[in-house]
Amino acid sequence: MARWSMVIDLDKCVACQGCSIACRFENNTPVVTPEQARLGRAMRWNDVFPMPVNPTEETGEYPNVKNQYMTRPCQHCDNPPCIKVCPVQATYRDEAGLVRQNYARCIGCRFCTVACPYGVRYYNWYKPQAPAEMQAYHNPDRIEGRGVLEGPAERPLGVVEKCTFCIHRLHKARAQAAAEGRDFRPDEYVPACVQTCTGKARFFGDLDDPTSTVSQLAKSPRAFRLLEELGTHPKVIYLREG
Amino acid sequence: MLKVDPEDKAKLIDPLFAPLGLRFKLAVGMLLAIIGWGAFMYVRQLVLGLGVTGMGRPVYWSTYIVNFVFFIGISHAGTLISAILRVTGAEWRRPVTRVAEAITVFALIVGSLQIIIDMGRADRLPFTILFGRLQSPILWDITSVTLYLLGSVTYLFLPLMPDLAIVRDNLPADAPAWRRQLYTALSLGWRGTREQWLRLERAIANMAVIIIPIAVSVHSIISWILATTLQPGWHSTVFGPYFVIGAIFSGIGALFIAMSAVRKALKLENYITARQYRNLGLLFIVMNALWFYFTFNENLGIAAGQQTHEFPVLAAKIWGEFAPTFWSMIALMLAAFWVMVAPQLMPARATRGAFFTPRYAFATATTAALVLLLVYGPIPIGFQAAFGDATTRTVLQAAAAAMLIATGVGVLPWLKRNPTTAWLIAAVCVVIGMWLERWNIVIPTMTHPMLIPYATYRPTLTEVSITLASLAGFALMFLVFFKLFPAVSIWEFAEGRVIKEAQAQVVLPAPEPNERRLRRWGVR
Repeated sequence: MARWSMVIDLDKCVACQGCSIACRFENNTPVVTPEQARLGRAMRWNDVFPMPVNPTEETGEYPNVKNQYMTRPCQHCDNPPCIKVCPVQATYRDEAGLVRQNYARCIGCRFCTVACPYGVRYYNWYKPQAPAEMQAYHNPDRIEGRGVLEGPAERPLGVVEKCTFCIHRLHKARAQAAAEGRDFRPDEYVPACVQTCTGKARFFGDLDDPTSTVSQLAKSPRAFRLLEELGTHPKVIYLREG
Repeated sequence: MLKVDPEDKAKLIDPLFAPLGLRFKLAVGMLLAIIGWGAFMYVRQLVLGLGVTGMGRPVYWSTYIVNFVFFIGISHAGTLISAILRVTGAEWRRPVTRVAEAITVFALIVGSLQIIIDMGRADRLPFTILFGRLQSPILWDITSVTLYLLGSVTYLFLPLMPDLAIVRDNLPADAPAWRRQLYTALSLGWRGTREQWLRLERAIANMAVIIIPIAVSVHSIISWILATTLQPGWHSTVFGPYFVIGAIFSGIGALFIAMSAVRKALKLENYITARQYRNLGLLFIVMNALWFYFTFNENLGIAAGQQTHEFPVLAAKIWGEFAPTFWSMIALMLAAFWVMVAPQLMPARATRGAFFTPRYAFATATTAALVLLLVYGPIPIGFQAAFGDATTRTVLQAAAAAMLIATGVGVLPWLKRNPTTAWLIAAVCVVIGMWLERWNIVIPTMTHPMLIPYATYRPTLTEVSITLASLAGFALMFLVFFKLFPAVSIWEFAEGRVIKEAQAQVVLPAPEPNERRLRRWGVR
């Protein structure tokens, strides 16, 4: 069983926000009006924002200011604070280490959104909607089963959603391998943001396989994780700038 | 037929059957109107989504959670206090236990509703039972609150049973038939036999012991919902006891308000006396001191550590956008402490000075208010530009503080003359202060997350309406309950009377006169 992981090389990232857009179209993320966005209700499963986020964090003094862009999918922690607090197991970590979100189960208590230190979880304050023109181009993929609704399927009102590392792509890759009667190879699947990345800054693969790109890059002295000190053990690994 | 003291009958049973007064009808009508409006706003929120509130990212939890923590805190008034007093055999508890236990049940109902109101998918509430994960603090909370609600209802009902039988047997002739049926059904065939009394006493004694750990667990778990996250300002080990102390503190405040209301409305001055106020007040003072201790304790670590993510939360409370609510909270608690403690310490002779008149107090309070308005006023008055520089501000602030202290000193004789009103004032300060405390704990952490830009939170009409409706619902349950059931436990009060009479009959042997003793020793 693979342990999916992403490496983001900040030296190569140009902050073009391509990942954010690719994610939006791949996962049918709801669109909100500018007024709603000002209330903090914009949904960007994959967000690109300047670091440091808040003025209280160390930035240096002018002209020696240190500033950088950060791109942030769900960290898919090995020790995720969000799944520990979910009262109904609507969010859980599967055997491949992906932190998944079941829209059919979520009761909308928003404890996970409060518990996540990275702010990767988004709540559907209103019924998710998109302009008619966009709806025509919605990704038809969906993961649905008895009491299960995940991935890019249209979310109901009042549930929490988040980056899934494009779990539907994994399902499709596995299904294809099964149809062709062969074993599934970890390199058959990448999330949309990795596929689209302009600067080829994102790498994806199996962290348990010592020969995979991500395993090799994770050994780099530049490697670090976001809010490492919290002990959440994220599986998104960043390569420091410079 | 159970007998009842004529005074008890006149004061506690007959008012239940008095025709509904205009004031009562008016109050119920107003409360129902507020509740109706709140219900409409809730249905609107249910249909449209939580988007109609002021919440967003990162303020995922707000007023509803504040109300939840507040109401569950209030619920500690009752059961915990009445249980502790019963277990320790405090005789003075007798007239206030019923009110206390009623607060618990109603506050728990309103408090648990807040969680359902806050849920995005209230229709999926059964999932918490069907797919409940016991590892989640929310499941702990559901378990302990449910247990506490069941326990409190039992604990309210057990001592009510003999009273219902007493009411059943002493109905006025013109009582409506449904009332007779109600009391007959609810008294469960209570006849007051020896066996029944023994069983009841044992049941109450057991429930009193069982309910104490449950009550402590309830508010600890609520604090752990916050403390088990990694969020700055919440991830604290002191939260458990801090919340329990705060809950008991606000609970006593609510009890003071409720018992004053009952005392005034039903004219129970002979039942709820200065003794109840004073003894409960002593407990209140201790809780106030403990609350200050814990508040200091909680904030000191953050202030000294000055960690990147944690310190801004505290800074926002001390200097930032939460300063108004934080310092109001501190001021209210200090005022409560002063109102409770200072009159006790003040010697009667000292209050004869010319300064100790209500007129002086009023004058100084007005001056302080004007000065504060000048310094902090939201309206840009012309003066503000003139008094804008730091030195003038400091001088003005010091002047305001001095005036406030003068006010506090000036009102002392009045407080000493009206002790029950003084306790009531302190209680109102504390209950408001405790709501603000919950606000100051929940909201600043929400607006100061780690990897999300700092945000602000303004409640919308929806939250305000639902909060007011919750308070109205609480008050309405109270009104209706005490229109149907005696406000003071009749049998417990009668029992206290018997104990007092028996104690009066005990004759202690007078000490031997010294002279005789000395003679016996052969000295004289």
